[in-house]
Amino acid sequence: MTSTPTISVSNTQGKPITPILDVDSLRKVYNQGAANENLAIDSVTFSVNKGEFLCIVGPSGCGKTTLLRTISGLAKPTVGTVQFEGTTLTRVPDGLGVVFQDYARSLYPWMTNLQNVSLPLKARGMKKAERLRRTHEVLDSVGLSKVANQYPWQLSGGMQQRVAIARALSYKPDLLLMDEPFASVDAQTRFDLEDLILKVRAEYGVTVVLVTHDIDEAVYLSDRIVVLSKGPSHVREVVPVELGEREQLATRSSDGFLTLRNHLLELVMPR
Amino acid sequence: MRDLASVETQRTGAPLSGVIASEIDIAEGAEYAGATSTGSQPGGSPKRRKRTARKALMTVVLAIGLPIILLVVWWILSANSHSPYFPPLSKILDQFWKLWIIGPAKAQLVPSLSHLAIGYVGGSLIGIISGVLLWRLPAVRRATSPVVYFLYVLPAPALLPALIAIFGIGEMRQIALIAFGAIWPTLLNTLDGMRGVDQVKFDSAKAMRLSPVRTVWSVVLPGASPQIAAGLRAGLQVSIILMVISEMVASTGGIGYFILQSQANLALVAMWTGILMLAIIGTVLNYLFVGVEHRVLAWFYGSRALEGR
Repeated sequence: MTSTPTISVSNTQGKPITPILDVDSLRKVYNQGAANENLAIDSVTFSVNKGEFLCIVGPSGCGKTTLLRTISGLAKPTVGTVQFEGTTLTRVPDGLGVVFQDYARSLYPWMTNLQNVSLPLKARGMKKAERLRRTHEVLDSVGLSKVANQYPWQLSGGMQQRVAIARALSYKPDLLLMDEPFASVDAQTRFDLEDLILKVRAEYGVTVVLVTHDIDEAVYLSDRIVVLSKGPSHVREVVPVELGEREQLATRSSDGFLTLRNHLLELVMPR
Repeated sequence: MRDLASVETQRTGAPLSGVIASEIDIAEGAEYAGATSTGSQPGGSPKRRKRTARKALMTVVLAIGLPIILLVVWWILSANSHSPYFPPLSKILDQFWKLWIIGPAKAQLVPSLSHLAIGYVGGSLIGIISGVLLWRLPAVRRATSPVVYFLYVLPAPALLPALIAIFGIGEMRQIALIAFGAIWPTLLNTLDGMRGVDQVKFDSAKAMRLSPVRTVWSVVLPGASPQIAAGLRAGLQVSIILMVISEMVASTGGIGYFILQSQANLALVAMWTGILMLAIIGTVLNYLFVGVEHRVLAWFYGSRALEGR
């Protein structure tokens, strides 16, 4: 595995940790060689440890969505490698779940919530009884068991995004990638969803990488924050976050939170 | 932590029950119906329900009212007609009963409707399957695109002499003509609908590792289904027209043949009953189509209605 000089990886016991995701010198150029050639990502290197909650923040237009598409295997890097559990990505791997920003576009309106959530299980050849059991279980853990047989478009935005989260969690991935998952919902719902994702993360023991432009959200959720420069992006800094147990009001008004927040703002704000 | 489920309230309205749900997923939808209790919702406030009921009633009255008025006008204006070309409606309806309901002419329905059914279903299937194949194979699509549009704009009846030469004057020729007409609107709409499916839906499919076949079956076809339905509907109109035309040329049976024969025998009242029969068949098939479409695409009409609120 390639060592990443920018981040030295070791936990508090000093044992080396194998990263679940290893991004090495990733570069992404669109329309290479053409007149409208566009360098979206210059060179990005970071790794994600198992069990970690990592947020990627950066100024708008820094290529966050491109980065997420590339590290999930949906798009190929122009230069550099992405390794998931030790294997270089060529497509989306089995143990990876993706939640997209716009639930209205990512969910399938012709299927009920139940059918949406069980679709990846069907694709994995799971037997019907087991599939139904698992689907109800995961819908239950996002608080949607009552609306299983309704359609996504009959629900509020926050509830639809929870269907999308349930769908990505249904096959118990090792890593959950989320692209600005709470950007299209109102503030109150946003807080609820933040707490929900912390809850399911603990419940499923899943590693989470969340891309966001919201610094407060990144500080509230993460164990570590990767700060990107403005595009073409590179990693400006990797900020560890040690805030202990989270609670919306208390955490957001704590000194530790505010210090981190100011530090991150300085990094992200254009000077 | 708060109880997350209780924080947001769901939207009301759109009372889609699990019954409809079983018909939505073309792939394997029925398996879930009744698996859990249906999360039923109240169908909006009583006031709104009353308003929608009144609106629905108005629609029905308007839809039925105008045809009734026209029939009455036709009845009155033609009552004293002595023109052999425009016999009184009372006479036409009388003959209609004698010929098509209790009489011999109803035997003509069998060849007409069976040709229509086989030709239309066959042509539609060919249209959808070719649409999927052309969508999957962009190189073939680009190569065949001029040919497809050429055949699409070619008036199908012009092919009749060629089809007679190929298939003789039997049933095959009639079915082939109907199928030929049904293919193009279905094919082009299928292709167009599939190309219009949102990229994020494909990204989701890839992220869930759906196989290519499952992606077509569970994502692309349902996503394109509203437009496929539009193509099928256009294909149905064309098929009915071609059914009649195929029966009017070198044929020995069917409604079109009956109309032409009646006219040749100067049995103009009988001719009018045949035309009336065609109008009835067209109307019934169209209403059947719309009914099935609204059930199968309930998700589409339901989600669109919510958007418009």
